[in-house]
Amino acid sequence: MSSRILNWFKFASPATFYPLAGTIGRAAAAVAVVLLAVGLYMSFFVAPTDYKQGEGYRIIFVHVPAAWMSMFIYVVMAFWAATGLVFRTRLSFMMARALAPTGALMTFIALWTGAFWGKPMWGAWWVWDARLTSELILFFLYVGYIALQGAIPDVRRGDRAGAILLLVGVVNIPIIYFSVKWWNTLHQGASVSITKGSSMAAVMLETMLIMTFAFWAYAIAVAMARVRLIILERERDTRWVSELPEVAG
Amino acid sequence: MFDVFFAILRRDLLLAMRRRTDVFTTLFFFVIVVSLFPLGIGPELNTLRLIAPGVFWVAALLASMLALEKLFLVDYQDGALEQMLLAPQPLSLLVLGKVAAHWLITGLPLVLLSPLLGLQYDLPGETIEVLLLTLLLGTPALSLIGSIGAALTLGLRGGGVLVSLLVLPLYIPVLIFGAGAVEAQASGLGGGGHLFMLGAMGLAALVVAPLATSAALRVSAE
Repeated sequence: MSSRILNWFKFASPATFYPLAGTIGRAAAAVAVVLLAVGLYMSFFVAPTDYKQGEGYRIIFVHVPAAWMSMFIYVVMAFWAATGLVFRTRLSFMMARALAPTGALMTFIALWTGAFWGKPMWGAWWVWDARLTSELILFFLYVGYIALQGAIPDVRRGDRAGAILLLVGVVNIPIIYFSVKWWNTLHQGASVSITKGSSMAAVMLETMLIMTFAFWAYAIAVAMARVRLIILERERDTRWVSELPEVAG
Repeated sequence: MFDVFFAILRRDLLLAMRRRTDVFTTLFFFVIVVSLFPLGIGPELNTLRLIAPGVFWVAALLASMLALEKLFLVDYQDGALEQMLLAPQPLSLLVLGKVAAHWLITGLPLVLLSPLLGLQYDLPGETIEVLLLTLLLGTPALSLIGSIGAALTLGLRGGGVLVSLLVLPLYIPVLIFGAGAVEAQASGLGGGGHLFMLGAMGLAALVVAPLATSAALRVSAE
């Protein structure tokens, strides 16, 4: 039993996680490149032209994965924040911090591509649809977290304050989503609906899933690279860092 | 156990009465912001009646946010906060006392003055009643949610701007239902549903916010 617990926490130490993060990061980067190549090829050449939206719909192969990842990454960050506060593992906070810029980037991509899709389809760059609005608010939450981390010079305080903010944010996200949704429907009937249901052709769905996994692998690769840098920065005074070939050499 | 709640409440109110300018700055900020909108948009009464709920609520949001910085700062600087952290009573109760006092000082005057400003916007009587009711229900929730942000940014350089970045997104649901109730009432739909939602959010904030704030205070003051 005790050995199991030991194994469980083995990689909670930055010194053991650092090489593992390198391995995972390289593998994820390779997967991301392959999946991105396949996914992009499929989205431009294999997926058929949509009979209603023409070629413009192809932007959803970037838009939808980015939107999914933007929400997923926030939940993962909140998970690491909770883990860090409960088990007092330094590495958990580093993971949350390493994921934040990628999450913000995904949110931004989702909003940006959404605007590019909206202009030809709806005739407007922006509508105050419930999903758009809550995605925008999610972006604000990411920015708030990053700003808070940047404003606190003390690492320990910054980690914990950020974790509390993440947990408060994750509790608020459903409330924000539903209030925005009701706000929108109370004002007017939904003039636009992004959901097309399962009317999507199978190949389109496959392409979208491949792109989602590509984005996922990209997020892992970048987060691992970033967490390695954070580890190096914070553990720079330790012996194991000074003995690393990339540091010593 | 609630003795400590009332003790903190009394102390903070007393301190505020000794320094009345703080109370008036927040109140007049609210008055000025609300009075600026007609100047920017034009004196057309039909437009003003339409935008009034949004203007009042956004102004209340900003006023409540601006007042946050003072919530824990003075106690932090003179060391009283450290004593509160060490006190045998639950910290969340102390926080609740401070937030309650803060709302009485900065929130309530603004609520009470809003009917007068409503007349500037030519709002009919019953709309003003609903506006008053939503602000009465909503501003305590704003103070509660805001206390989390105030505790997280305690003593940081540029904390005032930072707190707005953290807190304003979390204020959005309150804004939606607060302004929504007034609008629904004005358009004849009845604002009841919105008011219930606003009350529910206030209660949820009452449960969660003191806990989160005390956790944040322990992090910030350590």
